[in-house]
Amino acid sequence: MSDFPWLTVIGAVPLVGALVVAALPKGRDLLAKQVALVFSLVALGLTIAMAAAFEPGGGMQFTEAHDWIPAFGVQYALGVDGIALVLVALSAVLTPVVLLAAWHDTDGTGRSAKGYYALLLSLEAFMIGVFAATDVFLFYVFFEAMLIPMYFIIGRFGGAQRSYAAVKFLLYSLFGGLLMLASVIGLYVISGRQLGAGTFSITQLASLDIDPVTQRWLFLGFFIAFAIKAPLFPFHTWLPDAAAESTPGSAVLLVGVLDKVGTFGMIRLCLPLFPDASHWFTPMIIVMSLIGIVYGALLAIGQTDIMRLIAYTSVSHFGFITLGIFAMTSQGQAGSTLYMVNHGFSTAALFLIAGLLVRRRRSRSIADYGGWQRVTPLIAGSFLVAGLSSLALPGLSAFVSEFLVLVGTFRRYPAAGVVATLGIVLAALYILIMIQRMMTGPVPESAAGTADMTRREAWVVAPLLAIIVALGFFPKPLLDVINPAVATTMKSVDRTDPAPKVSVPEAALVTTEGTAQ
Amino acid sequence: MTAAVLASTVAPSTASGVFSLTWLLIGLPLLGAAVLLVGGRRTDKIGHLLGTLTAALSAVLGIVLFFALQGRDGESRTVVQHLYSWVPVADFRADAALQLDQLSICFVLLITVVGTLIHVYSIGYMSHDRDRRRFFAYLNLFIAAMLLLVLGNSYLTLYFGWEGVGLASYLLIGFWNYRPEYATAAKKAFVMNRIGDVGLSIAIVLMFSTFGTFSFAGVAQGASQASSTTMTVMGLMLLLAACGKSAQVPLQAWLGDAMAGPTPVSALIHAATMVTAGVYLIVRSAPVFDASATARAVVMAIGAITLLYGAIVGCAKDDIKKALAASTMSQIGYMILAAGLGPAGYAIAIMHLLAHGFFKAGLFLGAGSVMHGMNDQTDMRRFGGLRTVMPVTFVTFGLGYLAIIGLPPFSGFFTKDKIIEAAFNHGGASGWTVGLVALLGAGLTAFYMTRVMVMTFFGPRRWTEDVHPHESGTSMTMPMVVLAIGSVFAGGLFVLGGALQNWLEPVVGTAVEEGASTISPAVATALSLVVVLGGVAAAFTQYARRDVPVVAPAGALLTRAARRDLYQDSVNEAVVMLPGQYLTRSLVFGDNRGIDGAVNGLAAFFGGLSARARRLQTGFVRSYALSMLGGAVVVVAAMLLVRI
Repeated sequence: MSDFPWLTVIGAVPLVGALVVAALPKGRDLLAKQVALVFSLVALGLTIAMAAAFEPGGGMQFTEAHDWIPAFGVQYALGVDGIALVLVALSAVLTPVVLLAAWHDTDGTGRSAKGYYALLLSLEAFMIGVFAATDVFLFYVFFEAMLIPMYFIIGRFGGAQRSYAAVKFLLYSLFGGLLMLASVIGLYVISGRQLGAGTFSITQLASLDIDPVTQRWLFLGFFIAFAIKAPLFPFHTWLPDAAAESTPGSAVLLVGVLDKVGTFGMIRLCLPLFPDASHWFTPMIIVMSLIGIVYGALLAIGQTDIMRLIAYTSVSHFGFITLGIFAMTSQGQAGSTLYMVNHGFSTAALFLIAGLLVRRRRSRSIADYGGWQRVTPLIAGSFLVAGLSSLALPGLSAFVSEFLVLVGTFRRYPAAGVVATLGIVLAALYILIMIQRMMTGPVPESAAGTADMTRREAWVVAPLLAIIVALGFFPKPLLDVINPAVATTMKSVDRTDPAPKVSVPEAALVTTEGTAQ
Repeated sequence: MTAAVLASTVAPSTASGVFSLTWLLIGLPLLGAAVLLVGGRRTDKIGHLLGTLTAALSAVLGIVLFFALQGRDGESRTVVQHLYSWVPVADFRADAALQLDQLSICFVLLITVVGTLIHVYSIGYMSHDRDRRRFFAYLNLFIAAMLLLVLGNSYLTLYFGWEGVGLASYLLIGFWNYRPEYATAAKKAFVMNRIGDVGLSIAIVLMFSTFGTFSFAGVAQGASQASSTTMTVMGLMLLLAACGKSAQVPLQAWLGDAMAGPTPVSALIHAATMVTAGVYLIVRSAPVFDASATARAVVMAIGAITLLYGAIVGCAKDDIKKALAASTMSQIGYMILAAGLGPAGYAIAIMHLLAHGFFKAGLFLGAGSVMHGMNDQTDMRRFGGLRTVMPVTFVTFGLGYLAIIGLPPFSGFFTKDKIIEAAFNHGGASGWTVGLVALLGAGLTAFYMTRVMVMTFFGPRRWTEDVHPHESGTSMTMPMVVLAIGSVFAGGLFVLGGALQNWLEPVVGTAVEEGASTISPAVATALSLVVVLGGVAAAFTQYARRDVPVVAPAGALLTRAARRDLYQDSVNEAVVMLPGQYLTRSLVFGDNRGIDGAVNGLAAFFGGLSARARRLQTGFVRSYALSMLGGAVVVVAAMLLVRI
């Protein structure tokens, strides 16, 4: 099985699914949905099988490499390490959930479900591709290809302001992509000069000896593209529009997975390819991250639209992720990687449950709710759990990653670590104010007769909440996969964890913390 | 002056035999909560029974473990049960591991025994509530989280429980959140606690970067070697956490509003157990505070300030629950003050905490019983003369009253006197100050509690037309009786032959008498008795000898301030809330108009530009070539000129 092209197959399944769904005859919406769901579940099954075969600590695995454009040294090269694996898995888990959640998204819009489902599936394929690419050019191609389905999803199936949001999303992303392309070409030219023949292979590019100033320029090209995608303050303003105007399901894929390409790119490309530039820019990025944490949270507090609120919480959370990455400690980077996964699940839960509410009340305005705990107790209860995960309550997954980021940041940059803890208080405010406004208070007459969660909706929400709780209590399986990859990244930027100031004899640790049984 | 014997680091042993069941202490109530929450309406019928059963089983197990622990000798009573590796990342090793020792078992007993009694009480108290099952699920969740808080073997597991009880508290304060002010109270409690949690987070990350560990044992090992600044910061951050959870100044404002929760919740969470977690945290962190005299002094000061603050507020409240809440704050002030005395006070703080757990839970249950009979009214000006219609409540409440004001031989007498004595004996000006504050607090306690007692149970009946007070049912009175017995005897048992102090000594250390103390035990007792009797007499004169007006009189300046909790909410509003709201609003405005506006403006600019640029699309290759050349020159020039 070792030669089985796992990644190509996992990426191809949804792509084929998209074609099949698109080719179905008109009017067979239900069939289209079912077929799409089956394809996404097959991709999920394959991903689980691949993850089972993955060896933690085995470096880049399931690698494939074929010449694509030999003239330019472009390869179709795939492979995953622990970090990429968990993100591929995130995409594979979230897609079927989103497809199931999107069941009625096109009802009454006059648009065909099959187009919608085909676009969602193709988006999954490209996202998996971008996480698995080990060739910078291939990465770039997937990076841009993702935009196409997302643009159409927002622009055709979104809310009232959808074309504004879609164009804004596209322009922002294209602008970033353009800068990245310039850097990609720059890398190619340098590799040609130093290695004799130009290449786009990440491993080979990492071995280049680029002078510091050029490194900084090339770093910026990638970094700005990723900062827009993530999005990092001050490149964030497209996100609230895009998230609010898209359907809840596509908002999940957008914020939960697609944006992770930005932070993933920082780990996969910025750090190993430009270690010196990464050091040089670290102070600036730390400051941007801290501003993002506080600013995103404050703006979330002030929102009146549920979807925009959730989008702004993500701006705050992405601040944590970049903070952890650039703290350059084992805990910071492992925390950030885990944060990408956990944020994917908790934001998915928030968006999808908010979507259930919006569907019932036909309004995204928080002020239109109130007292819904008594109207739809199941929806309100699960919304609370999702919210508590977002505010990083211990026992739910986000806590582990957020605390790791705080620890990892503090041990290298104490002041930054302290500022980041402000996020703890602000998160409590934005979640609990929202819960209070929407769920508590007297039961409104207008809500009488509103149905609680249906069986299909329960199948959407339950897996997410189960994962959130499971990873909160037992994140070790993911960390076991992530840790070795983080160690590799740390090595590539030539950083080690700062040593504790006081050395406590190992004996005191072993008896209480070790594995003594 | 006293010298101290610090807590020695005891090598923990691995859990085996009956100790391997330690995890079930938490597991049972957690299972109860999970079944009732996931099971939903299907479990409505068994909710209260299952909830009570799991709590009771946990209590039985706690008692078994206590005796098992007692069967070992003093040095080998620290038992660690390693469950699994929770968060392992490089040198960061957070394990799910529990530590049973002399200190945690005290809390286990308090939490499970009082917890079970309150579960029983709630069966009756909540019998008419449509969401009784959910209530029991939350109570179970609370018990599980609180047990995790005291059983965790590291600061991170403690933090897990710490936030867990915060969640349970939030859910239970807001249990009737269809009333908007109750929902606000719940949110306020959670957010203020989160401010404290920032302190705990910083303390933990500081521990990790200083010692490479955050287990109790590891921190204890390293504490004496770290710089004093580090230890002071660590201590102050832990204190901040304690202030949030234990409603100490300046994070005290949430506790009064938390009385929005059903009364059993006020008894269990906001009197007996959760709010005392701050005291546990400080005592558990004895090695940290032993290493910083500054941190200890601040702890002592915060305790002294809060004990007066709560006592003053308690004197003016007409709402029986809010008066008791203010009293809780004040009593925890005593405990924090004691903990701030260092090794001389740790054990005494815990002693008062345990005694308080019993009598204050009893007092709250008594208040709940009164409310149950009075259509949920809480205004004491509308009570009066209830002793004849609610005899059991009267007697049990009365015993709790005697315990809290500290008349011999009731509980509080032994524990509070110890604190007053230890405060004086701290020595120097600070010793005198906190000693006098503690003494004054005792007088105020006697005053406000006598006031509550008289206004509720004595004097003429000032009832509203529609109430028909009656004694509560057995499921409610039984727990009250048990707690009243505890209020009578607990304190005496703790001090008998220094039982509790000896028991705790291996964990928290002890003070060694050295030379002359400021005041002798006899003098301390005599002084405090005089002050207490003075407080009783003053309250008696004012509220029993004169009529209690149904509408509160205008009152003096201090009274008016105390009624409004010494303006705590106004201060918070002016200092934090309003600026925060202003900031948020202007940022939202700025984000839409400023950053996004700039981007959109840029887009409009380019839109206009491209309209003009369209004219450049001449179709002539030569002009394109020229502009490409121009572009290339600009790029090259930029790369040469702009250095970053």
